[in-house]
Amino acid sequence: MSTHSLLHIQHLSTYFDTDEGTVKAVDDISLHVRPGEIVCIVGESGCGKSITALSVMGLIEAPTGRIADGIIDFDGQNLLSLSKNHLRSIRGNDIAMIFQEPMSSLNPVITIGEQMSEPLIIHKKMNKKQAQKRVLELITQVGISRPEQIAKSYPHELSGGMLQRIMIAIAISCDPKLLIADEPTTALDVTIQAQILDMLREFRSQSDMSILLITHDLGVVAEMADYVVVMYSGKIVEEGEVVELFANPRHPYTQGLLRSKPIINQRQKELYSIPGYVPNPLELQESCYFHERCEHCMDICRTQEPPLRDVENGQKTACWLYEKEAAVHV
Amino acid sequence: MSEALLDIQNLKKYFPIKAGLLSRTVGQVKAVDDISITIQPGETFGLVGESGSGKSTVGRTAIRLTDKTAGEVRFKGTDIYSLPPEQLRQLRPKMQLIFQDPYSSLNPRVRIGEAIGEAVLDHGLAPASDIRDIVKEVLASCGLSSYHIDRFPHEFSGGQRQRIGIARALVLNPELIIADEPVSALDVSIQAQIINLFSHLQESKGLTYLFISHDLSVVEHLCSRIGVMYLGSMVETASRDELFRHPLHPYTKALLSAVPIPIPKLKRERIVLKGDIPSPANPPSGCKFHTRCPFAEQRCVEEVPVFRNMGGEHWVACHLV
Amino acid sequence: MPSIQAEVTNVATNRPQAVKSSLWRQSIRKLLKNKLAVGGFAVVVFMFLLCFVGPLFSPYTDNKVNMTMMNKAPNIHHWLGTDKLGRDVLTRVMQAGRISLTVGIASMVLSVFIGTLLGAIAGYYRGIVDQVIMRIADLLLTIPSLPLLFIFGALLSEWKVPTDYRMYIVMLILSLVGWPSLARMVRGQLLSLREREFMQATIVLGLRDRRKLVNHLLPNLVPLLIVIATLNIGGAILSESVLSFFGLGVMPPTPTWGNMIDAANNMIDFQERPWLWVPPGFSIFATVIAINIFGDGLRDVLDPKQKR
Repeated sequence: MSTHSLLHIQHLSTYFDTDEGTVKAVDDISLHVRPGEIVCIVGESGCGKSITALSVMGLIEAPTGRIADGIIDFDGQNLLSLSKNHLRSIRGNDIAMIFQEPMSSLNPVITIGEQMSEPLIIHKKMNKKQAQKRVLELITQVGISRPEQIAKSYPHELSGGMLQRIMIAIAISCDPKLLIADEPTTALDVTIQAQILDMLREFRSQSDMSILLITHDLGVVAEMADYVVVMYSGKIVEEGEVVELFANPRHPYTQGLLRSKPIINQRQKELYSIPGYVPNPLELQESCYFHERCEHCMDICRTQEPPLRDVENGQKTACWLYEKEAAVHV
Repeated sequence: MSEALLDIQNLKKYFPIKAGLLSRTVGQVKAVDDISITIQPGETFGLVGESGSGKSTVGRTAIRLTDKTAGEVRFKGTDIYSLPPEQLRQLRPKMQLIFQDPYSSLNPRVRIGEAIGEAVLDHGLAPASDIRDIVKEVLASCGLSSYHIDRFPHEFSGGQRQRIGIARALVLNPELIIADEPVSALDVSIQAQIINLFSHLQESKGLTYLFISHDLSVVEHLCSRIGVMYLGSMVETASRDELFRHPLHPYTKALLSAVPIPIPKLKRERIVLKGDIPSPANPPSGCKFHTRCPFAEQRCVEEVPVFRNMGGEHWVACHLV
Repeated sequence: MPSIQAEVTNVATNRPQAVKSSLWRQSIRKLLKNKLAVGGFAVVVFMFLLCFVGPLFSPYTDNKVNMTMMNKAPNIHHWLGTDKLGRDVLTRVMQAGRISLTVGIASMVLSVFIGTLLGAIAGYYRGIVDQVIMRIADLLLTIPSLPLLFIFGALLSEWKVPTDYRMYIVMLILSLVGWPSLARMVRGQLLSLREREFMQATIVLGLRDRRKLVNHLLPNLVPLLIVIATLNIGGAILSESVLSFFGLGVMPPTPTWGNMIDAANNMIDFQERPWLWVPPGFSIFATVIAINIFGDGLRDVLDPKQKR
C-alpha cells in the first residue's frame, strides 16, 4: 500500500444553522484515505459521519448547511475551492457515492438501463450503443443474471438488494478512484448484506479503488475496514488500524460500543451498556463531549476538550486518560 | 406441561392482491402460511427471519390486530378470534405489542403521561386520582424520570421513546408482550440499554415475550427458544443453545454465517446465499428455500418438506437432514 | 438536512427544569418567525378593525342620498370621494367589508362543519356510508361552481327573496359548494391516520372508541382543518364578490365589495371615477391575498405532512 493519500481531509468543520442555534455537525476533523484502502467511519446517528461524506461530495446545501473551515484534498486538488462544474466532473467520475436507500437515489420513471448509461455518456463520452453494451456488462459484474431484462425494468420492480447492486454498478461504471458508501447495507437483510460486502471487497482488490465506508455496525467495520475512525458528537474520538483498534480500544466510548454489541455464540448474562444519551449538539460546552456518559470521567474532562494524540502503533485517541499532563491535574 | 400462554395453531394470513378498475383479487400474498407456535408462561420465544418472511404478520395476527385467514390462536386457552369485540377489548391489556418504530407509534399530540395512563383509565384498572402516581412509577421502572410526564413525544430521543412505548404496555400489567423489532431502529449503545431493560422486566414481572427480530445476535441474547421463518413458513425451531450450536436447516446456517462479527480478520466458514428472497406472492414450489439453497436436490423442487422433530424438541423442515 | 433538524429537537430536553411546552405554543413561535405570514395576519386584523370599528367614527353611516354630493372625487370631507347617489365611499367600503367578511367567515364555518362531519363519517365508518357520501361529493364537484352559483342567484331573484335574507342564502349556497372538497380532504386524512402506527397502538391498548376518536383522531385533524378553513375564507369572499358583482348575490342598497365594483361596469365610471371601484377592489385583493399568505404560513407550521 502506498503512503501518499488519495483523499486528505484537513480540519473540516461543517455547521448547520437551525432555528435554535448553530449545530457543529462536523467539528474540526482530519483523515486520510490511501489508494486501495478501506477506511470506515463508525458512530451513532447524529455523530457527523454522513455529513463528513456529504461534505466531501459537495452536497452540503445552503442556506442551512455550510462548510465553515477546512481543506478537502483529493488527488492534489482542494475540492472546496473548485468551481461547481469542475466539482461535478470529479463527482461521479473520480469519486462515486452510494447511499442507504437506493430507491430514493434512482428516478422512478426512467428505466434502470437508461439511468445507468447516462453517466457513461456524460463522463466517458461513450455513444449510446457503447453505453448500452457497457451497462449489460456492469449489471453482470454486480452479480445479476438476465441483464437485458433488468436494464429494461423500472426501479420499483426490483428488490432493495438488487437496487443497491445497481447503485454500485452505476458507482463503479466510471472507474472511480474513491467510492463513498454511506450505510450501504443498513436497509438490507443480512444474507444480502453479506453478498454486497463481498462484492465491494472484490472490486477493491480488482481495481485498487479506495472506499470510505460509513456505518454504525461494528461487525461490518471488522469485516471491511483497514483503518477505522470513530466519531462522537462531530469529533473523532479514536482512530487506528482495524485489528489494533478492536483488540485495544483506548477511548471509553469505543470500549463501550464494542462491549455493548451482542455477539453470536458469545452470550453474556447481562449486556454492557453505555448509560445516558448523546448530548444535545446545541448545548455543547468546552469539554470532552462524552464525559456525561463516561465511567472514567475526571474533573478536566468537564472543562477541557482532549486533543487527538498518538497513543501507540499509529493509534490515536482523544481522551484525557492518556495525557500525561492531565494525570498531573488529577 | 402447564397450559400454554399463547398457542398458535396452523395460522394462515393471506393478503389479497388487487388489480384493475374494480379491484378484483388476482392473487394472494401468503404472508403467513401454516405456522404453529406454542409459548409457555415465562419463556421468551424469538422469531427470526428476513424482511418478507412474515414474522411481523405472525405477531400482529397473534393478538388479532389484523384478522387471520385460517388457523387458531388461543391466549390462556381462550380462542381470541371467537371473542365478541367488547370482550376482546377487555382482554387486550393482557397481551401487549411493542412497535418497531418509536417515532410513529406514539401520537405526536398526546402527552406522555396521558399516553401511558389513558388505557389504565379505559380499563378501569385504577381510579383516576391515582393515575399520575402509577404513571410516574412505571416511568421510573423503565428508566425515565417523573418530570417527563407532561412532555410530548417529539421532545424525546429514539431510545427514550422506546422506553415510553414499553412503559405504555407495562402499565397494564400484561402477561404476554409481543415485541416487533423493538431495538432495530436504535443506535448500538441504546440497543444494549433497551435489551437489558427487557430482561430486567422479565425477571421482575415474570413476563412472557414473543420477540420478533432480524438480528440473530439480539435474539440469542434474549430468547430461550427460537423459530426461524422463511417466506411465511417455519423452517426450524429449537432451544437457543441447540439452534446456535447445531443449526440443521441450510437457511439457518446461512443466516448465522452471514451475521458480521466484530472481530477483524476472523476466518470463518461462510455460506453466501445466491440471489434475493423470492416474492411471497409467487413462492417457489416444493421447499420454498430451494431457489437459494446451496444443497438443493431434485426432491426439494418437487416435494414440500415435513416439519419434523429431530429429538429434543428440535424441529426442522428440510429433506436433507 | 431535515434529519439534523429533527435530531436537534429530539435530544433537546433532558433537563428537568425545561418548561412545560405545548405543541401549540411551539407552532405559534414558529409562525411568528415567518415574517410574511405575520404580515398577512396583520393585514387581516387591520381589515377587520377597519370594517367593524371604522364605521363608528364615520359621520355618513346613515347612507343618505345626497344629490348635491354626487360623484365627487376624494376630498377632505370624503376621503375616498362619493358615489353616484352622493354616499361616502369610504363608509360604504367599511360597511361592505362587514358583510363580505361575515359572509366569508360564516360560509367557511358552515362548510367546514358540513365537510368535517360528512368526511369524518365517511372515513370512520367506511363501507356503504362512505360510498354514498363520497359519490354525492363527487357529483357536486363535477358541476362547475360558477354556473351553479349563477343559477342559484338567478333563482333568488326569480323568487323575489327579500334583500335582507339574500345574504344568508348566499352563505348557504357558498358552503354547499365548498364542502365536498373539504370532506374529501378530511376523509383522506382520517383514512391515513387510521393506518398510522399510533392508531394501531390504540387498538392494542384496547382503548374505547370515544377516546380513540376524541383524543387521538380529532387532535390530528384540527391543524388540517385550521389551514383549510383559513384558505376557505378567502375563497368565499371572492365567490361572494363575484356573485354580487353580477347582481346575483347581495343586492344594493346593502353594500358588499362585489356589488360596489359593479361601478366599473360603466365605461365612464371605469375611466373617469376610479375612486368608485378601486377601494372595494383593493379591499378584496388585500384581504384575500393576506388570508392566503397567512393560511400558507399556517400550513407550513401545522400540516404534519410537511414536517415529515
